[in-house]
Amino acid sequence: MKLTLRVWRQKNADAPGAMAAYEVDGVSPDMSFLEMLDTLNEDLIVQGEDPVAFDHDCREGICGACSLVINGDAHGPERTTACQLHMRSFRDGDTIDVEPWRAAAFPVVRDLVVDRTALDRIIQSGGYVTAPTGSAPDAHAVAVPKPDADHAFVHAECIGCGACVAACPNGSASLFTAAKVNHLNVLPQGAPERESRVLDMVAQMDAEGFGGCTLAGECATACPKGIPLQAITTMNKEWLRAARTSKR
Amino acid sequence: MSYLDYGTGSRIADSKAPQGPIAERWDRRRFTAKLVNPANRRKHTVIVVGTGLAGASAGATLAEQGYRVLQFCYQDSPRRAHSIAAQGGINAAKNYRNDGDSVHRLFYDTVKGGDFRARESNVHRLAEISVQIIDQCVAQGVPFAREYGGLLDTRSFGGVQVSRTFYARGQTGQQLLLGAYQALSRQIAAGTVEMHPRTEMLDLVVVDGRARGIVARDLVSGEIGTYMADAVVLASGGYGNVFYLSTNAMNSNATAVWRAHRRGAYFANPCFTQIHPTCIPRTGTHQSKLTLMSESLRNDGRIWVPKKAGDPRAAVDIPEDERDYYLERIYPSFGNLVPRDIASRAAKNVCDEGRGVGPGGQGVYLDFADAIARLGRDKVAEQYGNLFEMYERITAENPYEVPMRIYPAVHYTMGGLWVDYDLQTTVPGLFAIGEANFSDHGANRLGASALMQGLADGYFVLPATVNDYLAGAPAVGDADASHPAAVAALDETRERLARLLAVQGDRTPDSFHREIGELMWEYCGMARTEVGLRKALQRIPEIRAEFWRRIKVPGTGAEFNQALEKANRVVDYLELAELMCLDALHRSESCGGHFREESRTPEGEAERKDDEFSYAAAWEFTAPGQAPLLHKEDLVFEYVHPTRRSYT
Ligand SMILES: Cc1cc2nc3c(=O)[nH]c(=O)nc-3n(C[C@H](O)[C@H](O)[C@H](O)COP(=O)(O)OP(=O)(O)OC[C@H]3O[C@@H](n4cnc5c(N)ncnc54)[C@H](O)[C@@H]3O)c2cc1C
Ligand code: FES
Repeated sequence: MKLTLRVWRQKNADAPGAMAAYEVDGVSPDMSFLEMLDTLNEDLIVQGEDPVAFDHDCREGICGACSLVINGDAHGPERTTACQLHMRSFRDGDTIDVEPWRAAAFPVVRDLVVDRTALDRIIQSGGYVTAPTGSAPDAHAVAVPKPDADHAFVHAECIGCGACVAACPNGSASLFTAAKVNHLNVLPQGAPERESRVLDMVAQMDAEGFGGCTLAGECATACPKGIPLQAITTMNKEWLRAARTSKR
Repeated sequence: MSYLDYGTGSRIADSKAPQGPIAERWDRRRFTAKLVNPANRRKHTVIVVGTGLAGASAGATLAEQGYRVLQFCYQDSPRRAHSIAAQGGINAAKNYRNDGDSVHRLFYDTVKGGDFRARESNVHRLAEISVQIIDQCVAQGVPFAREYGGLLDTRSFGGVQVSRTFYARGQTGQQLLLGAYQALSRQIAAGTVEMHPRTEMLDLVVVDGRARGIVARDLVSGEIGTYMADAVVLASGGYGNVFYLSTNAMNSNATAVWRAHRRGAYFANPCFTQIHPTCIPRTGTHQSKLTLMSESLRNDGRIWVPKKAGDPRAAVDIPEDERDYYLERIYPSFGNLVPRDIASRAAKNVCDEGRGVGPGGQGVYLDFADAIARLGRDKVAEQYGNLFEMYERITAENPYEVPMRIYPAVHYTMGGLWVDYDLQTTVPGLFAIGEANFSDHGANRLGASALMQGLADGYFVLPATVNDYLAGAPAVGDADASHPAAVAALDETRERLARLLAVQGDRTPDSFHREIGELMWEYCGMARTEVGLRKALQRIPEIRAEFWRRIKVPGTGAEFNQALEKANRVVDYLELAELMCLDALHRSESCGGHFREESRTPEGEAERKDDEFSYAAAWEFTAPGQAPLLHKEDLVFEYVHPTRRSYT
């Protein structure tokens, strides 16, 4: 296949950016989207041009590094990560736009690479169970009902890629935050910090400059792991409950 | 003098493992370890390179103990370390199933699985600690799979006959890593861990014979700086990416361990590489990595090829009696769950016989038809759903309908920096944990044991032994970044990167990586011969010379520059590859994943030569391009008597 790519190029956070067009030839349908970008970059390097910078690592859809807006959709047309998107989803002669995540809280580092450390700071504010090493009781000391364990797992699957933020018209990180709140708050191990967790994480999310949630639902549509929109409603309930009863 | 004329140095007489009954050694070591007064701990700084299972767990635990931790990773977030991709599970001798498991059995299985090339004391400690790991992770909220009664579920992995593998669907590594990452995040918020993401260690700083810091590059600004500490911990993962195509994350690399090796840390058993039997076969030259299909699939999937060579029929059209379920046939008692090295070689053998399936005949079937008939599609989906999806996305074939096609691929490196019982390298104050060290898996790692080892090292072993080192280490503050050794390391790093940028040749970093990778796969992969290894050893210096003539790195060092990052990693692969081949050449026996064609039993299985090779080969760096020095650590087996490994 032969494709035209229009790619966002931006030298660094302070430089202005613009779309640049490239032709890529010899694309096989078995290639992943990132392998297609690899071939473009190989050509650019040999020509002495700067290759297109993009984040990636596992290329298995689990590390959450890859972060491309493809033809206007976070991670592109399929419900998966950009690294697991294959070129068989495109046709010979297509023109494809490739842009970085766009959100106030995700400044561009270079080209398609953005700074997502705001998500780490949300976790740091309360997305954990305080269980210092060595203090744990036997794993079977507390049985966890299977439905609760499954609920926790479904939300723990979040890979922290930030597609939810990129897809949201408000640039909100509610789905990301809600995923962690749902994962930990349903478990007996997470119960003691249930209230402080949701209050602190929501406060941090706001402090980072993420937008407010209007339940537009774009986040859950873009999420490569299928974190349900319902998670946000549950988080909001947890927040109300905590705000009412919190001793703070 | 040629690189092949390596000298033999002194034997490593003391691995510092305590004496006495093996089950008491770890207790004993912990009791004799010196402690640092809690009030004094915050005066000590420990550098941890890496945020995978080993690094994140170590950083969090050291900070909980009161140390000041400087932590590094090359990704934008510590949560993205390669451990995140581990699929199948983590072993622990909990014996919750009452199926005859015990610490001793896990110890025995691991020593045997490693083909008697691991240190008994370390392995026993690993088995002991395994039970605490599960407790710790559950306390953190790791959502392991559970049964309807609310208790933890387990499954079986290769090379064992009990069910001791705990799992979280096909995302066990992700869930364990997020647990450790969250513990680390708590410490970052508390100000006890200073996290440096997108910062890559490029050299080790050794002052007066002790590890006192690292040189690292801020990957965003390009700035190269020195970070000083009282001890340095490398948790930088394995070096499987020497082979270019592997199941490792794209940016996993060998730089941290290789630079430490060049500064004096011995490198042990570099040729011990694990080739995983169940990966998705490659489809073309564009391929950038290979994708693992978890070993857990071998619980329910059956592996087969057609009996007839070159059978053109589709899998469904081949009747049952014309299929060869070769693992079940050759190894009836372990069947599809033989260890990885054995399963991989068997797959290679049937493909070499012309019975392989799929493009180029480089594949075998992993078939779930029986499992789906027995358990129902829903149950199969619940257990393996995400793996099936991943398979379909990559191959466009639906494994519920047609069998998967799989082929072996480079997956894990048992070799790594030599460490003593305390996980300390031969450079005092430099520790190596997780896949970066060589310690517990001998010549072959059993499935679900890497996660166990990474967390054992990080949560439990290192925090105890670092204490002992720091209690006796020289006073804090006598080495800062202006020390001549630190300045020299910084200058050398700057010079190396400047050189890479200056060549301005005509070949990309990736093209060299691919070339060295193909050479290694051909001559230092699943089957190795003296002739092949000699050929590789001749070729590697030539590729290296060509690299320095023709490499092209656009841009500058003072910016975000992924081509420069890559080129610098390839520099180290080109040196490490040579040591791997030399190690493989010198070890003229077969053991575990190291299969020398010249050394096999009449049945074609790996034949160890215990009289000659019952040792860990720890290589000392001498000078660039010069032959290294071999130090042998003799392996003593007091509890598990070496026998021919049999899984039939
Ligand atoms: C696909 C796959 C599936 C697997 N499944 C299983 C399984 O089911 N069970 C099991 O037990 N094992 C499994 N393994 C093996 C296991 O995942 C790894 O061995 C283990 O996770 C390694 O952990 P680690 O902490 O040592 O290193 P890693 O997780 O590799 O982490 C390395 C860290 O070091 C950092 N780093 C590296 N170099 C530098 C540098 N120069 N400067 C700064 N930072 C650096 C990286 O940023 C990263 O944070 C699997 C492996 C793969 C590839
Ligand atoms: S590269 Fe890891 S999720 Fe895409």
